[in-house]
Amino acid sequence: MRGPEAPPRLAGRVPIAVTVNGVRKEAEVEPRLLLVDFIRENLGLTGTHVGCDTSNCSACAVLMDGKVVKACTVLAVQADGRELLTVEGLSRGDKLHPVQEAFLAKHGLQCGFCTPGMLMSAYALLKGNRHPTEEDIRKGISGNICRCTGYTQIVESVQQAARSRQW
Amino acid sequence: MIAGGQSLVPLLKLRLASPSLLVDINRIPGLNRIEEAGEFLRIGAMTRMAEVGTSTLIREDYPAIHDASEVIGDPLVRNLGTVGGNVSHGDPNNDMPAVMLALRAEFVASGPSGERKIRAQDFFQDTFTVALSHDEILTEIRVPRRPPRSGGCYLKLEQKVGDFATAGAAVQVTLAKGGRCEEIGVGLTAVGPTVIKARKAEDWMRGKTEFDRAAVQELARLATEESNPSTDIRGTSDYKRRIVALLVSRAFGKACERAGGAS
Repeated sequence: MRGPEAPPRLAGRVPIAVTVNGVRKEAEVEPRLLLVDFIRENLGLTGTHVGCDTSNCSACAVLMDGKVVKACTVLAVQADGRELLTVEGLSRGDKLHPVQEAFLAKHGLQCGFCTPGMLMSAYALLKGNRHPTEEDIRKGISGNICRCTGYTQIVESVQQAARSRQW
Repeated sequence: MIAGGQSLVPLLKLRLASPSLLVDINRIPGLNRIEEAGEFLRIGAMTRMAEVGTSTLIREDYPAIHDASEVIGDPLVRNLGTVGGNVSHGDPNNDMPAVMLALRAEFVASGPSGERKIRAQDFFQDTFTVALSHDEILTEIRVPRRPPRSGGCYLKLEQKVGDFATAGAAVQVTLAKGGRCEEIGVGLTAVGPTVIKARKAEDWMRGKTEFDRAAVQELARLATEESNPSTDIRGTSDYKRRIVALLVSRAFGKACERAGGAS
């Protein structure tokens, strides 16, 4: 803890280089900047949502080096040299990713606020397990909170995405 | 010092911690191994909870650790959160400390004056206070190799995924002939200012058989007596004591079953 006599020191900026959705991005950021704020504010990729900002809801989920993580619980400087995949990186041009198609077809969303995080968790789950049981799916998305759907249609969406041959 | 950051970053956001310097140790290699070597299972301090959860060795031979690895935080937290962080944070609500107490683990601390080993029972000193000095880091967790006919279990009651435990109990047993409890370790989560080693309960049960229902009931009662839960949003202290009794007796049964007993 900093003593009262020491004035808050505005730390200098730290150069980072991150590959985001296949594109290398360089920036200088404050060490305290959260990854989610870097993604939204610096890169303008606002598909990644801030739901709670208290590490509970996972609306901010992104993939870092292939693992799904909460972008609100990682510092931007920690992503230096790593590969990120955000929800914007799922589609190919106008063609939605099969996971996105499945959420559309099965109405896996209502208000849509949790959807980017839900998609990223579903994507990470299916990357590691193309034949998940319903229990696998429910466990896989257990860190993502949705206040609308009651999860049933989200589970059905992930099941549909698992069956897709468009991967 | 930041590794997984799944406890520290939330604290930074709440301004409960405001370090003037933060060292990211994520790029230090060699701190995420899981292997049996010599008399120990050795787990590198920076092993992610998800890596612990997918280790066949841990699932088969150290099931209590596996149990905990599946109920800590949520899948996203487990992708980053580390075993070392979970124990060295000193949060009485964290799940791994109780398991490490039950398993009689020891922690390897490295500092300028070299390495030293700290027993789990000496490690957890107070809320957010462990036996590490400011110039030391935890590098490895050593769990005594599983003797034959041993088993363990960790059970946690949580209100929802990702929440801290209302209460949690870890039990590790080694059985002798006739289901006699040769060795037992009991650790309790979230029912006191620090994780609790239920010594009286352990002493009581040693030498009794797993089939002695009255003895198991007394084991659970003693563990309850050693717990010191406070009333909060997750329940009253009285409710939590009842949960402790329930979890300890269930975890004991499961641990015996895994040890090859008949419970």
